[in-house]
Amino acid sequence: MNGAHDMGGMQGFGPVNPETDEPVFHAEWERRAFAITLAAGSLGKWNIDQSRYAREKQPPAEYLATSYYEHWLYGLERLLVERGLLTAEELKSGKAAGPAPVAAVGVERMGEIIRKGGAHRIASDQPAQFKPGQKVRVRNHHPIGHTRAPRYVRGREGVIDRDHGVFVFADTSGSDKGPKPQHCYVVRFGAQDLWGPEANPRDVLLIDLWDDHLDAV
Amino acid sequence: MTQETHEHSPDLHHDHDHSDVPAALALRVKALESLLVEKGLVDPAALDYLIDLYETKIGPRNGARVVARAWTDPAYKKRLLEKGGNAIRELGYEGRQGEDIVVVENTPGVHNVVVCTLCSCYPWPVLGLPPVWYKAAPYRSRVVIDPRGVLAEFGVSLPEATEVRVWDSTSEVRYMVLPERPAGSEGMSEEALADLVTRDCMIGTGLARAPK
Repeated sequence: MNGAHDMGGMQGFGPVNPETDEPVFHAEWERRAFAITLAAGSLGKWNIDQSRYAREKQPPAEYLATSYYEHWLYGLERLLVERGLLTAEELKSGKAAGPAPVAAVGVERMGEIIRKGGAHRIASDQPAQFKPGQKVRVRNHHPIGHTRAPRYVRGREGVIDRDHGVFVFADTSGSDKGPKPQHCYVVRFGAQDLWGPEANPRDVLLIDLWDDHLDAV
Repeated sequence: MTQETHEHSPDLHHDHDHSDVPAALALRVKALESLLVEKGLVDPAALDYLIDLYETKIGPRNGARVVARAWTDPAYKKRLLEKGGNAIRELGYEGRQGEDIVVVENTPGVHNVVVCTLCSCYPWPVLGLPPVWYKAAPYRSRVVIDPRGVLAEFGVSLPEATEVRVWDSTSEVRYMVLPERPAGSEGMSEEALADLVTRDCMIGTGLARAPK
């Protein structure tokens, strides 16, 4: 979806302002929001693509006016209700109205879950649609659902830089349409091809895109 | 004053992207956590475990050790650039948000910088959780269209002839920059070299420190 999260190339947000000796968290609520998001995610009721899509659904004006862990909180509350772990009434009242459909992942299992990570890469010998060095064009798609093809590369031509292998396709995975495994590539774009003659002619952008994002040129 | 506003110094408050409603927000998070615990959906001990893990154990020191090893061991560096994730695993770093890591090398003619324009993808096992600026709109929006301008704000001024490569992390592959080894660091131990490696130089918004 063309949400506020798709920020590449937007202008006017001002300087980056890095903070010296920045702490990992800036407030206790950030610690808690981070931890409940990971712990609830470990219940397996949604995948990482679905959690990103839930955050992207935050209305654009609100997304731009809130901090990062507020985006997480928005997505978490939404998923907890959508996936039937909490009712909207429970979320509103803060009071449990009945038993949960699943049990918490205990602390004794958490280390292994973090160490293992997600299963995004798929062991598959399915053929790649494109080869390194090949010219491609990013499809001009504007799906209502989740997509990992940023707006600033849609319709643009680039070159396959390398093939990462077969991965879950984030776009379908995030939109509840299944993993649809396919090759994921680094695609290289000239900075001037994306941003015009004011960009430095030597500079390049390298962006990961999947088979279904691309057409041969 | 709320707990959160006490935790910000006033002059820093506008330097990152926090909204001005921390009291309501703190209550909202507390209420949600209590509800999840009451429902038996999260284990309170697991929450404390996760916070401690990412606040005190997993951080850019991990990545610094990887870089220092690559600077001192050519065979390791070769493995790191060919199969980053596997070479990083040799040092014991792996897992969530770093299942597939690709390491890209800075050289005298090439400077790499990493972003996630769509969210905040970042190689957690080697760098820990990302700083606020990495997750906020100014960096995410600008580094793709004006990488040299953003780098200059970080104090990195590159010659016109240097090729800047901006990596936008849109898949589950995570990118880490192998910075150039600084001049004057010849003969230093791996441990001492790791002290020259900053978080920013592994994102590409900085250079490794010069030895004292």
